[in-house]
Amino acid sequence: MAKSIDISDLNIYYGDFLAVEGVSMTIPARSVTALIGPSGCGKSTFLRTLNRMHEVIPGARVEGKVIVDGQSLYDAAVDPVEVRRMVGMVFQRPNPFPTMSIYENVLAGLRLNNKKLSRSDADAVVERALRGANLWNEVKDRLNKPGMGLSGGQQQRLCIARAIAVEPQVLLMDEPCSALDPISTSAIEDLIHELKTEYTIVIVTHNMQQAARVSEDTAFFNLAGAGKPGRLIEMNPTKKIFSVPDEEATEAYISGRFG
Amino acid sequence: MMTDTVVHPAHLPLRHPRLPSFAPLLAAGIATAAAALIGLTLGWSIAGIAVVAAVLHLVGLTLWSRAVENARAATDRLVTSLVWVALAIALVPLVSLLWKVIAEGSSAIDAKFLTWSMRNVVGEPGGIYHAIIGTLLITAAATVISVPVGLLSAIYLVEYSADSRLAGWIRFLVDVMVGIPSIVAGLFAYALFSLIFGPGTQMGLGGGVALSLLMIPIVVRSAEEMLKLVPADLREASYALGVPKWRTIVKVVLPTAMAGIITGVTLAIARVIGETAPLLIICGGTDSVNFNLFHGQMASLPVFIYSSYTQPGSNPEILKTMAWGAALILIIIVMALNLIARLAGKFFAPKSGR
Repeated sequence: MAKSIDISDLNIYYGDFLAVEGVSMTIPARSVTALIGPSGCGKSTFLRTLNRMHEVIPGARVEGKVIVDGQSLYDAAVDPVEVRRMVGMVFQRPNPFPTMSIYENVLAGLRLNNKKLSRSDADAVVERALRGANLWNEVKDRLNKPGMGLSGGQQQRLCIARAIAVEPQVLLMDEPCSALDPISTSAIEDLIHELKTEYTIVIVTHNMQQAARVSEDTAFFNLAGAGKPGRLIEMNPTKKIFSVPDEEATEAYISGRFG
Repeated sequence: MMTDTVVHPAHLPLRHPRLPSFAPLLAAGIATAAAALIGLTLGWSIAGIAVVAAVLHLVGLTLWSRAVENARAATDRLVTSLVWVALAIALVPLVSLLWKVIAEGSSAIDAKFLTWSMRNVVGEPGGIYHAIIGTLLITAAATVISVPVGLLSAIYLVEYSADSRLAGWIRFLVDVMVGIPSIVAGLFAYALFSLIFGPGTQMGLGGGVALSLLMIPIVVRSAEEMLKLVPADLREASYALGVPKWRTIVKVVLPTAMAGIITGVTLAIARVIGETAPLLIICGGTDSVNFNLFHGQMASLPVFIYSSYTQPGSNPEILKTMAWGAALILIIIVMALNLIARLAGKFFAPKSGR
């Protein structure tokens, strides 16, 4: 069910400002691809173009092609709502819905889209998603308690459960561990390892050890200077990037000699 | 000779003498007693005694604190006391208003007062049932008109306008609407209904229209503020699940902001429920019960109070007492609405679960 993503000549704008320039890459299916690079280089912006969340910001637009499953996401006939159902997303800060219980949060993607579910089907979806997110054992006795009552790491795993409950093809993660302590981070990294057998995962991270631990491929983004657009410097298997990268800039960034 | 070595004192004074926790109360008690003693011997009024007591308390507590504690603590005591005095001054009109209304009005209230109208009642106590029904119906009509218009406008402004020029104009016009004198709203409704239904038409619905003109801007502004408070994170979380924008607004944004929106609507209702001038014009007044918003004059509590005072008829004392009773009922209705809104707000508020 997982799909690969082909990106060609992607330019990303905020109004007239060109934020990311000329990205072409192929993100393989059923594997983890990490995006690394300094702050402001456009990793998150690029990630958000993969499920058309970029255009939620007023004035934001995109040129170029993103092809998933043979369909170009930015074709005029494509409905962004359908794209987002196929490409799920986990954000930097955990954002469970405050008016909903844990149970309702997991089902939010289905319920908010008015899908009719029998009680037993709904229970099954909730259990599968929460088990998938490694959260089931911690919350199974308090499913009807508010989602905001969980700890930060649990909330983030709840958000992952919510994202996988709608069974997307691709899962985008925007620095999912940056607000979490090392134990929760480790739990989420374990989870990413399990999820990649079923999903195509793209993760933005500032933590290079994390990129090395969880990903098969790594893409390094950089920008020439303040106000200049971000660019894809190189994309290679993670092992290669962290040992013998093709580009000197990558080597400099990874070894800490950046800037 | 200059030296730039920092001299560290051997002992850092973290402790200093403190006044006991009951000191402010004690100071207030002594100040009040002293002021009362002086005031009663010199024959001052209660207001004079209160002012002297407040000044004595402020000066006494500050000097006491300065002597025992230190200058910073004395300033703290002084400002804290000033805040309390300000609170007391703010409460004086509220408490005295409630006191006066309860004292004058409670004697009027009995079963007959609440269940009879004034139809064919001359020279004896009647009831205000007709006015209660009128006020509730007219206010309900105003709410039914204002809440959809106001809430949808707020949703447009926050979710769809993207701060366009049109949104700027709407905000400006809403601000202008806040300032419309209520009598003008009444004249507008009267003119509108005269145009549609013929000259001189008076009906309850017209009152609803007039009051809704006063309510809509309040609802728009408060709902807009509440919608703005909903974090953008939640909208993005919903979009990322493939939920369309309108459904995100209905199922995520509105429930999250619901408590605040309800409070805003209640404040708007409280603002218009006591309006007299527009209802005098467009609803007129009657002594009979009228359940039909769409036909005939309709009584309301403010108009009843006004006409009871201006046209007391053969037995002025009875109608004046009834006016006070009606005022008390009006206050009770507003209070009940506020209580209901608080309960509803608590029910809808996002739950922290801790």
